[in-house]
Amino acid sequence: MIMLEKRAQPSRVWTLAAPIFAVLLTMICGGLLFAALGKDPFETIRTIFFDPLFSEFAWFYRPQLLIKGAPLVLIAIGLSFGFRAGIWNIGAEGQYIVGAICGAAVGLAFYPTESIFIFPMMIAAGVLGGTLWALIPGILKVKFDTNEILVSLMLVYVAEQLLASMALGALRNPDGMGFPGSRNLAKYDSATSWISENAGMHWGVVVALIAVIFAYVTLSRHLFGFNVRLAGQSPRAARFAGVNPSTLILICMGISGGLAGAAGLFEVAGPAGQISIDFNVGYGFTAIIVAFLGRLHPIGILLAAGLMALTYIGGEIAQSNLGLPGAAIQLMQGMLLFFLLMVDVLSNYRVTFRRARVI
Amino acid sequence: MTIKSIMAGATFAASLSTAAFAEDPTKVGFIYVGPVGDGGWTYEHNQGRLAVEEAFGDAVETVFVENVPEGADAERVLQQMALGGADLIFTTSFGYMDPTINVAEKFPDVKFEHATGYKQADNVSVYSARFYEGRAVQGHIAGHMTESNVIGYIGSFPIPEVIRGINAAYVQAKAVNPDVEFKIVWAYTWFDPAKEAEAATVLIEQGADVILQHTDSTAPQAAAQAAGNVVTFGQASDMAEFGPFPRVSSIIDNWSPYYIARTQAVIDGTWESTSTWDGIGSGMVGIGEITDAVPAEVKASAEALRDSLASGEYHAFTGPLNKQDGSAWLADGETADDGTLAGMNFFVEGLTGEIPQ
Repeated sequence: MIMLEKRAQPSRVWTLAAPIFAVLLTMICGGLLFAALGKDPFETIRTIFFDPLFSEFAWFYRPQLLIKGAPLVLIAIGLSFGFRAGIWNIGAEGQYIVGAICGAAVGLAFYPTESIFIFPMMIAAGVLGGTLWALIPGILKVKFDTNEILVSLMLVYVAEQLLASMALGALRNPDGMGFPGSRNLAKYDSATSWISENAGMHWGVVVALIAVIFAYVTLSRHLFGFNVRLAGQSPRAARFAGVNPSTLILICMGISGGLAGAAGLFEVAGPAGQISIDFNVGYGFTAIIVAFLGRLHPIGILLAAGLMALTYIGGEIAQSNLGLPGAAIQLMQGMLLFFLLMVDVLSNYRVTFRRARVI
Repeated sequence: MTIKSIMAGATFAASLSTAAFAEDPTKVGFIYVGPVGDGGWTYEHNQGRLAVEEAFGDAVETVFVENVPEGADAERVLQQMALGGADLIFTTSFGYMDPTINVAEKFPDVKFEHATGYKQADNVSVYSARFYEGRAVQGHIAGHMTESNVIGYIGSFPIPEVIRGINAAYVQAKAVNPDVEFKIVWAYTWFDPAKEAEAATVLIEQGADVILQHTDSTAPQAAAQAAGNVVTFGQASDMAEFGPFPRVSSIIDNWSPYYIARTQAVIDGTWESTSTWDGIGSGMVGIGEITDAVPAEVKASAEALRDSLASGEYHAFTGPLNKQDGSAWLADGETADDGTLAGMNFFVEGLTGEIPQ
């Protein structure tokens, strides 16, 4: 019979192979699903995974991958610090919203003044907003030992209410004829995060790449990175090594909140353009999948975000060109995480075939 | 060559190819804010799409993308449809306004139709329905049907469209029942069955025995059915499966005639940028069958109201009407102008509570 035997050390080969294997399994099962829906599975898989990169209109879709991927990378990089240390910030979506609100508020306060100082101030406000929002569950955990998973998640819903009230109240466009939503920041030269709209380049893309490099160096070369990894693998050992768990919690929550806030600011000042009631579209939650799919490794996260962006954009093409229902795409994205967790068993366990011993 | 000129080139090439292959089916795209199976708003737009397919057969090909968030994603989906060769694209939610305008700028040869917005361009038309006429009929029935004199109203977002509906229903309810009181819950969603059910339950607990909804799911109908003695109205779609009680009537969005007419205009080459705001008269707003749960004389007076709104002999906002703060709005016999209605951001006198700001 098939037995699972725990490995002493997680298998290095399987750790790296698992994501690739999960993607292949998703393609196969996704293909079966699409076939069951009466679509050509090969054409559908090609449309989702290859058309955005290599089709006739790839010149349009490639920049879109940057736009869709940048916030995922930024948020997932921030989350990866905490996740490595065993600190579970599930509320990046809320920090993303608050960052966007704070940053946009600064920009809107200066409207219509033009100055090169406005955008840096917006970034600062966005980062600060996200950081402070993330520090609420952090401080509650340190002071009162509350569960950061619950508190950070609940604060997402608070942030959504705050967003609705801002879009209808304080930040509402005075020239908007009574409709909700702020002025369009993408049309305000001093406040926009766009560098080149047609190339898909905005400051969020640049900062996301910097964050990847920065995280890579910190995690592999810096004492802080070592402490983070140690705290995750062995909290007792970390304590003996002089790591203060409270400080670590606050720093990890702060980093993830700050980066999520920055992602929100870059989004609201560029691709989204305005604070509206449904400004957030779930980047904060998708980034959790991205972080794990990327093995909490900066380069892995970059690749995983690219893959997720691909399925979003390819999924839309499949919907409009092949008439695939939207839910089928979401199912396939869900499969990706499901198969990854499944294949992950192989990196921690060895599969052996033998007779069960009768005792 | 810059990206912009490549883009312009591509657009030019695309327009050449449509001209060269005039025999090709006309491609009509739709983007939806919800799932096509929502049973309400998106469902009815999709019915309109199916009607277009049926009316033109092989001469037209339709495509759609559902559940498109309003914002950056909408802009990408629209561009992708335009690149995919769509000749006419219907963007069926208010939040698609800016994305529609942005994409329309890049594709001057593609025609766009934006629902419920106010920004027009040479290749962007706007269209909406005078749902408030339907609300007036609902208010009339609701005022007669309530015994507790408390009418619950599930608002989606505090925007002019929704505020107009509340005012229209209240004016008619008050006219037939001076003691009537409206309790309003803001759900901050167009479609969220769980939230809508919760809102309905709260209203019922506060004594409401009639529920009006401006959200799209059937969850409030189910909540009313469970309560047993609460009257409801179908929203966006007929929701006839909840009749004859609790659902006693409904507002039905009927986009099919408009979608067919606009598609025809594109085929004929007569399409022009227009602003359409049609009501019961043109059939864009339908009043679902008034069931026998409503007393016969109420049914008759409601149908009379419907017919007078349809013929234009009566306006849903006819003075004397004051604003909530007591200031005068419409003098005796005066009717509201479309500009004020389009941007309506105040309650009429008698309504309690504030519009969230």
